[in-house]
Amino acid sequence: MLKIDGVSRTFGDVTALDGVSLEIGQGEFFALLGPSGCGKTTLLRIIAGFETPDAGTVTLDGDDLLSLQPNRRPISLMFQSYALFPHMTVAKNVAYGLERERLPRQEVRQRVGEVLETVGLSAHASRKPAQLSGGQRQRVALARSIVKRPRLLLLDEPLSALDKKVRADMQLELKRLQHEVGITFVVVTHDQEEAMSLADRIAVFDNGQVRQVDEPIALYERPRSPFVADFVGANNLFPGVAGGSGGIESETFGELAGTPLTELEPGTEALLAVRPEKIELADENAARGLAGSVLDVSFYGGVSHVSVDVPGRAKPVLAAVQGAATLSVGAKVKVRWDAGDAVVMAAGQ
Amino acid sequence: MRRSKLLYVPFWATYVFLYAPIAVLVVMSFNAGESAYTYEGFSLKWYGELAGDDRIMNGVVNTLIVAVGSTVIATVLGTLLAVGLARYTRSKLLDAVSLMPAVLPDLVLAIGLLVFYGMIQLTLGLYSVILAHGVFAMAFVAAVVRTRLSGADTSLEEASRDLGAGPVATFMRITLPQLAPGIVAGALLAFTLSLDEFVIAFFTIGNAEPTLPIVIYSMIRFGVTPKINALAAILLLVSFTAVIAGQRLTKIGESRAQD
Amino acid sequence: MSRSRGRRLGAFVFLTPGLTYLVVLLLVPLALVLSYTVFQRGRFGGVVYEFTAENFERLVDPLYLDVVIGSLKIAAVTTVIALLAGYPTAYLIAQLPRKWKTIALVAIVLPFWTNFIIRVYAWIILLSGPGLVNSGLKVFGIEPLELLYNEGAIVAGLVYSYLPLMVLPLFAAIEKLDPQLREASANLGASGLTTFRKVTLPLTVPGVLTGSLFVFVPSFGNFVIPELLGGSKSLMVGNLIRQQFLSARDWPFGSTLALALIAVLLVLLVAQAWVARRA
Ligand SMILES: Nc1ncnc2c1ncn2[C@@H]1O[C@H](COP(=O)(O)OP(=O)(O)O)[C@@H](O)[C@H]1O
Ligand SMILES: [Mg+2]
Repeated sequence: MLKIDGVSRTFGDVTALDGVSLEIGQGEFFALLGPSGCGKTTLLRIIAGFETPDAGTVTLDGDDLLSLQPNRRPISLMFQSYALFPHMTVAKNVAYGLERERLPRQEVRQRVGEVLETVGLSAHASRKPAQLSGGQRQRVALARSIVKRPRLLLLDEPLSALDKKVRADMQLELKRLQHEVGITFVVVTHDQEEAMSLADRIAVFDNGQVRQVDEPIALYERPRSPFVADFVGANNLFPGVAGGSGGIESETFGELAGTPLTELEPGTEALLAVRPEKIELADENAARGLAGSVLDVSFYGGVSHVSVDVPGRAKPVLAAVQGAATLSVGAKVKVRWDAGDAVVMAAGQ
Repeated sequence: MRRSKLLYVPFWATYVFLYAPIAVLVVMSFNAGESAYTYEGFSLKWYGELAGDDRIMNGVVNTLIVAVGSTVIATVLGTLLAVGLARYTRSKLLDAVSLMPAVLPDLVLAIGLLVFYGMIQLTLGLYSVILAHGVFAMAFVAAVVRTRLSGADTSLEEASRDLGAGPVATFMRITLPQLAPGIVAGALLAFTLSLDEFVIAFFTIGNAEPTLPIVIYSMIRFGVTPKINALAAILLLVSFTAVIAGQRLTKIGESRAQD
Repeated sequence: MSRSRGRRLGAFVFLTPGLTYLVVLLLVPLALVLSYTVFQRGRFGGVVYEFTAENFERLVDPLYLDVVIGSLKIAAVTTVIALLAGYPTAYLIAQLPRKWKTIALVAIVLPFWTNFIIRVYAWIILLSGPGLVNSGLKVFGIEPLELLYNEGAIVAGLVYSYLPLMVLPLFAAIEKLDPQLREASANLGASGLTTFRKVTLPLTVPGVLTGSLFVFVPSFGNFVIPELLGGSKSLMVGNLIRQQFLSARDWPFGSTLALALIAVLLVLLVAQAWVARRA
């Protein structure tokens, strides 16, 4: 439904967006994931009409969006700071968009009532934003955005201002809501866990470019570039050159087993990535694996994170093991993995 | 966000409105003719006449005397008052009193002082103007110094008091140096306000030789000549230079303070 | 030395000089003016300390009351014009890039720092019979107009003198406004005008009030501008007060007029505080 094609935008000598192309389907919950300053907000502002791209097109169901004034686009944007009108009550804030459509007062009142019910704020309808908690404000902003029944809802870091506990609740609620109202959601976040748990598909941004668009699991298990591998989940990365048997040839560790995502010319610079939960900690006398010593063990209830200092690596190797780890700090171990669990990709990018 | 082009009309109109009269004044000051209205060619003669006008020259001297005198009073008393109000009392009433001269219409202060001077049978003159200007100038100094004080670090003062220094020693050694930029800014403000002040001076100067604004006022009442234009042009130049220099100085001061 | 004695000494040392000065040269004079309103005038100026209500009776005499009301009108018109010119100006300044913002603001206040009398004088040059405005009109074949010595000239002079006092608080209020609120309004379907009416204006009401007060107060009590630009026909309260003190030598009545001036301003101050608190 939303088609972004070759959109670029520079501010002075900062390139905020560099040839971004994306296609987002009807009813999809789509996430834009990337570190701070990579251009996510700029893309949303272009879709909403508060920025104009230097190049590229944006269409909604085939209609050109860029020629429409912001107030004529059937798109709601939920601002990162919520941008609630401080001089209006919650009900007035929510009714604002409906009043602009000149709907009968009766209908406005009814729809405001319904949406406040949906986000659980009926009791606070006559409060001002300053009298609400962060989570409540976020709900008001959400209610204000969805009450207009936009075809597309853009959410800029909707949960980043909330503390951890509220954030987890709101994630569930966002998902429920999206199911209920059936609007296409595009949510921006720099938190990969949030993107993973919310979205149907994720686009990973870096420096104004889209690095990879995939479903969460695919993104997690088969990152296609070192940036994605590093940014999505805490991968253990090993540099080297592509070897003949699919793995890589590391200068320090010799041959490391892995599976290339795409065909790699032997000898090209490559990177091998292994997820912590795919790392196996073996006895120090095991035949295969890299020798090291346990640096730290932290228990997270359910899983334990063990970091292993492997001589020859600057960063320790991180392993996630089920249950409480029986290892103690200083223990000698070997780390190893199956060739099928390690991804090999071209370096650079 | 887009802004309406229509907004630029009142925007530019405002600046034209503010500067056109000034521009006309300056142009007319170079008029070779006798009229203050019709331009008849370039000449500097009115500037020459200005220098030979004793009334104006005396006015300048008197204005400076008043400005210096009232600035000294206002700076000393205003600074003490600001520290006293910020550190030694929480009285809203005293706050209000200290700000009152700045918000009171000048005419009311002027007649109040006229009545008061009459009551104590003071012979009016430059010193009565100095005392009068001291009143509102002090309010401005106190206000400026207080904004500086509210940003200042009180822990230094507390440490000094803990080490046994009395309030006066603490003030001289700790507070005053911290406040210096605020005091200078306040003093400059007091000085400029006094230079320009007309209403209060007009009421409290009696029959003494007048300050420059009063001289200009009576010249205008007698009829306009290009000489006033020349004087106006010079005063414009002086105040524009002073404001722009002040602007630069505060900028430098701010960047120093951040270092 | 104990802490509290130290504090009391400090309070004494710092507060006494300034407060003494203010009591003697501000509060006592104001109290005198206030008290004069109930006494009779002396034959050759000064007062005779005999109670009378005569001053207040004269105040409501149409002859004088009309002047007070006329002054209120002039000050109100001045304030409205300054607001209409000042708001769009302040609004645009607030959106300028940072460097231009400073320059635009300095340019607004710069004329304010030049001699007040000179600024008023400039308007005599502009508006008088053979002045620039009439010369301009002549080019278009329009007969010279009587521009000077009427209420229009007073309003022009007042707006000119106090416009910066309107622009600055408005600028501060508009600048403080989160630009995303305007974007949110547009995003919810509001046109530029609706956004202004429903969001920008209501949120800058405190600035509007402050600026209006800053312009109204010195306009209402002014006597120099009506004297120089208004001629003998257009009197304002300020002129009356000046007359009573410097020529008619009726100090009690002059004081009563001044009291009326202060009363109006106090009412406005209270009203402003009240509205600002509700906004
Ligand atoms: N209006 C602007 N003017 C100048 N630079 C901007 C502007 N908006 C964004 N940028 C720059 O563009 C880059 C991308 O910003 P943004 O889209 O806000 O990133 P994100 O939302 O991913 O954190 C940043 O380097 C930012 O500084
Ligand atoms: Mg952002």
